[in-house]
Amino acid sequence: MHSSLPLMVSLPFVGALLAAWSGTQGRLWSAWVSGGVALASLGLLFGPALAVMQGETLLWQATWVPQIGLDLGFRLDGLSLLFALMILGIGLLVVLYARYYLADQDPMGRFYAYLMLFMGAMLGLVTSENLIQMAIFWELTSITSFLLVSYWRHRSEARQGARMALAITGAGGLALLGGLLLLGQIVGSYQLSDVLAAADSIKASPLYLPALLLILLGVFTKSAQFPFHFWLPHAMAAPTPVSAYLHSATMVKAGVFLLARLFPALSDTAAWTWIVAPVGLATLVLGAYTALFKHDLKGLLAYSTISHLGLITLLFGIGTPLAAVAAVFHIMNHATFKASLFMAAGIIDHEAGTRDMRRLSGLWHYMPYTGLLAMVAAAAMAGVPLLNGFLSKEMFFEKTVFMAELTDSAWLLPVFATLAGAFAVAYSLRFIHDVFFGGAPTELPRIPHEPTRWMKVPVEILVVICVAVGILPGLTFGPLLYLAAGATLQGPLPEFSLSVWHGFTPALGMSVLALLGGVAIYAVRRPLFRLHEQSFGRFDARALFIALESALLGLAAWLDQRLHRPSLQRMLAVILLAAVAVVVAGLWPSLRDGTLSGPLPLTPPDPVSIAAMLCLVVGAVGTVVLHRERWTALVMLSVVGLIVALAFVKLSAPDLALTQLSVEMVTIVLLLLALYFLPKHTPRESSLPRRLRDLTLAGAVGLTAAALVWAVLTRPYQSIAGWFLDNSVPGGGGTNVVNVILVDFRGFDTLGEITVLAIAAVGIYMLLQGLRLDAPRADAQGRPWSWDTHPLILATFARLLLPLALLVAVFILLRGHNLPGGGFIAGLVVAVALVMQYLANGITWTRPRISGQLHPLIGIGLLLSTATGLGSWYFDRPFLTSAHGHFHLPLIGDLELATAMLFDLGVLMVVVGITLVILIRLGELDALEYPPARGRRRVMAARAQLRRGGGH
Amino acid sequence: MEALIAIAIGVLTTCGVYLLLRARTFPVVLGLTLLSYGVNLFLFAMGRLTVGAPAIIEPARAAYTDPLPQALVLTAIVIGFGMTAFVVVLALRARADLGTDHVDGDQ
Repeated sequence: MHSSLPLMVSLPFVGALLAAWSGTQGRLWSAWVSGGVALASLGLLFGPALAVMQGETLLWQATWVPQIGLDLGFRLDGLSLLFALMILGIGLLVVLYARYYLADQDPMGRFYAYLMLFMGAMLGLVTSENLIQMAIFWELTSITSFLLVSYWRHRSEARQGARMALAITGAGGLALLGGLLLLGQIVGSYQLSDVLAAADSIKASPLYLPALLLILLGVFTKSAQFPFHFWLPHAMAAPTPVSAYLHSATMVKAGVFLLARLFPALSDTAAWTWIVAPVGLATLVLGAYTALFKHDLKGLLAYSTISHLGLITLLFGIGTPLAAVAAVFHIMNHATFKASLFMAAGIIDHEAGTRDMRRLSGLWHYMPYTGLLAMVAAAAMAGVPLLNGFLSKEMFFEKTVFMAELTDSAWLLPVFATLAGAFAVAYSLRFIHDVFFGGAPTELPRIPHEPTRWMKVPVEILVVICVAVGILPGLTFGPLLYLAAGATLQGPLPEFSLSVWHGFTPALGMSVLALLGGVAIYAVRRPLFRLHEQSFGRFDARALFIALESALLGLAAWLDQRLHRPSLQRMLAVILLAAVAVVVAGLWPSLRDGTLSGPLPLTPPDPVSIAAMLCLVVGAVGTVVLHRERWTALVMLSVVGLIVALAFVKLSAPDLALTQLSVEMVTIVLLLLALYFLPKHTPRESSLPRRLRDLTLAGAVGLTAAALVWAVLTRPYQSIAGWFLDNSVPGGGGTNVVNVILVDFRGFDTLGEITVLAIAAVGIYMLLQGLRLDAPRADAQGRPWSWDTHPLILATFARLLLPLALLVAVFILLRGHNLPGGGFIAGLVVAVALVMQYLANGITWTRPRISGQLHPLIGIGLLLSTATGLGSWYFDRPFLTSAHGHFHLPLIGDLELATAMLFDLGVLMVVVGITLVILIRLGELDALEYPPARGRRRVMAARAQLRRGGGH
Repeated sequence: MEALIAIAIGVLTTCGVYLLLRARTFPVVLGLTLLSYGVNLFLFAMGRLTVGAPAIIEPARAAYTDPLPQALVLTAIVIGFGMTAFVVVLALRARADLGTDHVDGDQ
């Protein structure tokens, strides 16, 4: 197993945390950390890379959620190696570049943290063996790109550009997920190896077309293909290192990476060719044309990137093995020259203060060295011989000629290709000529000069690669190209020669034509600019997007207006009506046939049960009738709770009865406390028709509930209870099956539930923070509260009872595994005992004796329960496996202990924590502001005032 | 017995829902509590009604009640308390910040 693969992918994620942290220590630390992490990942890639060079495909796999085919899997073959090298190599250069690019006021830690996150996501994407995992990393790249583009979050165009990029690539990502899921369904496996091996069955499947369409949607949005291309120019609001990294070499290449990755599985069908190739062609031509007319340096580069991505897509669309080889080659070449051009544009922006080509000119005089580097890179972009861009563009021209010879209708292909080539030459010329020549600059914000030495190093390295590959392609990119192309095709490579000179071929003719045409177009650029501004220039895809977006938001707002009235009562009524409708629809057949009652024999009711139920009905109805007198209603409510507990006793549920009883107590205390701060009466507000309407609705809900219960209770059913009953003692080591289910069989559920409780407690804690409530000084009749010392007998007994109550709680906890009891109940008992102290002795006495800061208990309890679960990993068992055994303790005797008890102890702590946090904090709200001494004086004053008031 | 439980659940639900539709926070909390009793009983009843056969394994016994709904309901009761507490505190906060105990914050 090649564990260095997951390590390599996860290292940047760790690096992100480190970079964020080190950013707080000193400005440059995070740059060093990020560089180190990228270097370390690159080092980890070394060993596997050697193996891949030997022709191996490395796989690393771990099961994750095998039920849905989601496994953790990493794969390194030629294609993923190529991308990993680009991501880490160019990433390293970008780290270096950004260290000099970012201004003093830009937070470095945040930038590098985002950059590392993106690096990890991208690495994960290109090395994923599992398709779902790939989709996850795909989305991660969208999100991290959003963070990076919006890095200068004080700029509105950065925020807008980031949002647009996220909206489009995110939507594409959703489509992609759907497509990959379909693909997995067709193949029966989400492993890439299986998918690549099942090409024939995929193409024969009726699901092929929908899957292809969805996947292509993901590809086209990510790789900025027409008509989704417009997000990329707006993402140029990102800092330039981000553009150099994401928008030339990595993220926008994710789309074409996927085309390459799934090439063997999906290509070679009419649908593939007729969708991929035209989209690629349209993007190629449109991008090249628009790039010429952009006055912003980065805008020009963005459209040029779109155009080159279109070229790559078109090559994959052509679909022959040779075209795929050319596509992979162009991916490599484009990454090198475009990244260096973005960096050069960044340097110009950095030193001259603007990126607007209408203001820039004559920079050659100030920064000749940067100019030279930019010139070489731009020449590579234009496809000038002896540079790498020329080679892959030649291959591309050759393929279009080949297609034209193959099919009659494709004669337009070479024409368009040459045209796009000519425009590429023209915009490359403009990039150089407008910036570096054409007279001395007049309107620059500052006097430009060469940047610091190290800012140029990344550009130099990339430009050297451009030249080296352009002259000696076979010796430089050759081996990697063979590997990557071989992995793309998943089969034998076609014959092709990597050399500069192929003789006089049609492709060479096209290159010459493009070069001459480009110069010609540039010569007549001024009339062309005017023409463009009067025609295509008026059309703005962004305006369309914004119109679409605001229409969508408008629709949502309209729907919201219709559905979401700002009235809780009305919304509840709608929800309840819907619930009734659903249940009635389900019950309708049996209601119509009169078969609501099932065949099961009934249990005869006994007089005590009937009496208890009568009490319950009286209590519930009483609560409703008296609900405006809140104290009385609360007393009625507590009767109901007690009867429910009795019902659990009767119906063989002792654990439930104990829980219900203790919860009942804390609930009533809680409601009493709440009532102290709330009005004691409810004003009569609803009109009679409104009350009748509510009563009808309530009656309908109650009737359907009762009917449903009746229908269920009179029918037999299949239960999985038998398994739990059989396995409770041998498997869980406890005879109380309910408790064994809670802490063992379904321990994970319980862990989730106490987590929910903990979250509720945190929410409550925050809501109580800084809460100021005016407690009434007198009750409803105007009588002031009694500030008498707490009743002596109650206080004394409560103190005496505390240890006893805690002992009972321990007893309940320990026996819980075998007899009714357990962590939940024991926790509630402890809580009730402690709350009792507060009630009986008052806060002033209790607080110094029992710490009011009990909320750490919640965290400790959660940790304990989780740690117990994790402990089973140490013994190579699944999470939360319980171990149990017999122990003999002197004096006490035989004991059956299970590790589940530790888990239950965690449950206890969480329950104690949350109950006390709520009740004690709530009780203290008032006392904190009014210490008793002052309070007593206040009461005296109030009484005196009452007496005086009575005299009047 | 089945009829008794069905009626009890029906009554608890009716009363709970009626109070839920009131305009002030405290009756809504009361209604929520009543409704939780009803829902807990409902879930519990899905395991059918058994008298005198708790799910505590004993060598001499063959009949047991269904323990699974009980385990579900046990946590539901505790979580119900957590939820009630949250709603209560929310109501207090709303009263403190808005100066009213109306559910929509109206006077």
